[in-house]
Amino acid sequence: MVHAIRRILLILVLIIPSYAFAGVQEFMLENGLKVIFIEDHKIPIANFQIWYKVGGIDEPAGKSGISHFLEHMMFKGTPNYGSKVFSNMIQKKGGMDNAFTTMDYTMYFQKLPSSEIQLSIDLESDRMKNLLLNQADLDAERSVVMEERRMRYEDDPKNILREEVAAAAIKVQAYRKPVIGWMEEIAAITRADMAEHYGIYYSPDNAFIIISGDVNPAELMPVIRKKFGVIPPAGAKIKRLKTVEPPQRGERIVYRDSETAEVPSIVIAYHVPRFPDKDSNALDILSSILSGGKSSRLYKRLVYEKRIALSVNADYEGINRDPYLFSVEATAAPGKDIKDVEKELLDEIAAISAQPPTKEEVQKAKNQVESGFVFARDSSFAEALYTGMFEIIGGWKLRDLYLEGIRKVTPEEVSDVARRYLTRENRTTGYLVPKKAGK
Amino acid sequence: MYKKITIMTLFMLSLALVLSMPFAAHALDFKKERLANGLTLIHVERHELPIVMATLLIKASPLQEDGTKAGTAYLTAKMLSEGTAKRKSADISEQIEFMGASLDTSVNDDYTTVSLAVLKKDVETGFDLFSDIVLHPAFSMEELTRRKTLLAGSLKKRQEEPSFIAGRELIKNLFGDFSYGRAVEGSIESIEKISRLDIINFYDANYRPDNAILVVVGDLGKDELAQLMTRFFSPWQAAKKQTVQQKPVQAKLTAYNQPRIEVIDKDVSQANIVMGRMGISRDNPDYYAVQVMNYIFGGGGFASRLMKTVRDEMGLTYSINSFFASTLYPGRFEIDVQTKNESADLVIKETLKQVRKMRTDGVTDGELADAKDYMIGSFLRRIETSKKIVDFMAAVEFYKLGGDYIERYREYISKVTKEDVSRMAKKYLSDEDLLIIVVGNKKKMKL
Repeated sequence: MVHAIRRILLILVLIIPSYAFAGVQEFMLENGLKVIFIEDHKIPIANFQIWYKVGGIDEPAGKSGISHFLEHMMFKGTPNYGSKVFSNMIQKKGGMDNAFTTMDYTMYFQKLPSSEIQLSIDLESDRMKNLLLNQADLDAERSVVMEERRMRYEDDPKNILREEVAAAAIKVQAYRKPVIGWMEEIAAITRADMAEHYGIYYSPDNAFIIISGDVNPAELMPVIRKKFGVIPPAGAKIKRLKTVEPPQRGERIVYRDSETAEVPSIVIAYHVPRFPDKDSNALDILSSILSGGKSSRLYKRLVYEKRIALSVNADYEGINRDPYLFSVEATAAPGKDIKDVEKELLDEIAAISAQPPTKEEVQKAKNQVESGFVFARDSSFAEALYTGMFEIIGGWKLRDLYLEGIRKVTPEEVSDVARRYLTRENRTTGYLVPKKAGK
Repeated sequence: MYKKITIMTLFMLSLALVLSMPFAAHALDFKKERLANGLTLIHVERHELPIVMATLLIKASPLQEDGTKAGTAYLTAKMLSEGTAKRKSADISEQIEFMGASLDTSVNDDYTTVSLAVLKKDVETGFDLFSDIVLHPAFSMEELTRRKTLLAGSLKKRQEEPSFIAGRELIKNLFGDFSYGRAVEGSIESIEKISRLDIINFYDANYRPDNAILVVVGDLGKDELAQLMTRFFSPWQAAKKQTVQQKPVQAKLTAYNQPRIEVIDKDVSQANIVMGRMGISRDNPDYYAVQVMNYIFGGGGFASRLMKTVRDEMGLTYSINSFFASTLYPGRFEIDVQTKNESADLVIKETLKQVRKMRTDGVTDGELADAKDYMIGSFLRRIETSKKIVDFMAAVEFYKLGGDYIERYREYISKVTKEDVSRMAKKYLSDEDLLIIVVGNKKKMKL
């Protein structure tokens, strides 16, 4: 999921400037709530997204997972609308809704026939302020979140390995823990914790709205002002924890045994800067050259030619509130040694560090970004999503900067970032060890 | 500049008209024709974005393969992009990826699709590659060996997924030797038996223009498409061989007289539970009433009864849902749920209780209205993007849903009554012949 998003992001980000903001309009309410419209009248459907600037990065010590848990509780009703009716009301109108939490934000969305979009305004303005948080619902939902953790982590060997690697690579900064939280801490979150978290971060000045699709801002803004305008801002209550990760001075290695894994996997992660650092665009192009499709270097080398891996992937997520990781991962083919897989990965990294990629490779990576951006415009939901991801890190117009940056990347810069960041002392290597294989 | 504004204004005007009409009336303007070589061509013009999407649906699936060589249909499709008479595998991916385009194949229980997504400016190169892999695949021995090894490895890895194991066991029990009873990818053992000749024979027999549907959606005018077709698809002619279709075996309708539970031991934290029985085919007249009934029961996400009870009230799972796989021949009805090992028994009991409740008590007026409103109101989302439109149109043609399907959908759903829903529940939701497969930690489950 995360990877898919990143791929689209790469693509999307590049395209929006080509329509030069023509379809984007922005409004600011007095209480600090920003509203962004992206008009697209291809079909009478509208998307409503409300983004809260709160995620794993904002959680107090010992309360990991509270942002995500609160996201679940947001569907448990207010005095105006009872518990568990939210989705029902949306679906009745032919719509669909959901939400997700990341390290950086929590986003709620509905997709509706455009004539019904006022329902989103009613429901979202209501639950920004009046959440019930009743204890019985909280207890039942805690079990649901624990089941979610079992499903997504405990029983998914690759994800559990990624979780181990992030925790080993990052010592201080909040990205070290999983968004869903540690099981023991999910178990300990109280109603009072939850009410406090909600009170601090669910406010108009810590949120923005993006409405995309077949909508008319002039019609909707008065309604939005009326419904959201009355909610008071949180102001100085909003807390931001500032942590800085100290530089890594040597390779870290972590093993994770797995009862269920059939084949071993490896994840290698490096600390890297985030966008808009000057190196960020070259890191994006680097990840694409390494693993963007069947013609990419790692796929060709490990899966196609040497046949020692079932899959391989390089991932860089630069659109974050804090710096994160560049990771390279692979799953060994049955009977193949994970050490050989590791050697091939490192050899390829050494090769691109020593010798710049060809102009064609760099151009291919850029073309993938550009075309992906065009294809993403096929969906008004995706357009809104990528606009929001830039708004979270400082402003949606950063999309432009991103595009300009990608277009300027040279082969030498790609090689240069590989040489400076993908080093032995900056890396954390994680191995998934299947217990079945006895080793 | 002036011209652009005029076009924009006209466009807005037509939209305003559409908006003022009921939802289902948002018809999709398409043209359908049969080409000289027998290929069915469907064209939808959409000029808002400079992109072209094309999906070629071939009536080739495990339905036509030799069951002892399961995976033949899947491997044939995957081999298309692994080299042609004039291009190597690496050349194909290099060319496609350099354009930032995509060219993918996929196989399901009923058919194969080859899908192209390309920018308008690259449409000629895109169609060249697209037609080349369909018309002139090389099926080289070296590439086949490579593909088989990779596929066997992926199948081994999939054993990690308890839901995969449970699902595989369920269909095997429901359909036996019929092709719906096995994964389209085949098994590690069966793909080993597939030879190059098997692939070539399967291709010759099934990959024929008169056995295929091509849907093209996007920024292409009628003449532009006609030129592309003449250049790239008119040389496509059927080989002499004929399609051989497996006769569907009689669906197993064993009456167990009580739910039958099979447990597969695996050291996981959650029990993965799948329950199933025989369902219906896509052309069954009960189809729409069944869809409404299933929405209320377990298909309607957070609005469904299963989600409301097992997740929202009891907190026993992250997700529970049910569906009818409505395929060319009768497919399965299935319920999927995961829960910690310790509560597997409780989840099964509650789910069966909901099955019986649905059969005996039927549904309320409110539930029926909500379900119908959702199904009618959400229909437009199925044709929201060009990508969705190509796949939708191909399926509509394959399952013979009719050129007026979009217009008539509202009517199909509107006329479903409470009595229909009750009847469907009684007919298709029996708990007595439900087969329940549980993959989980035997010691911790109280089963």
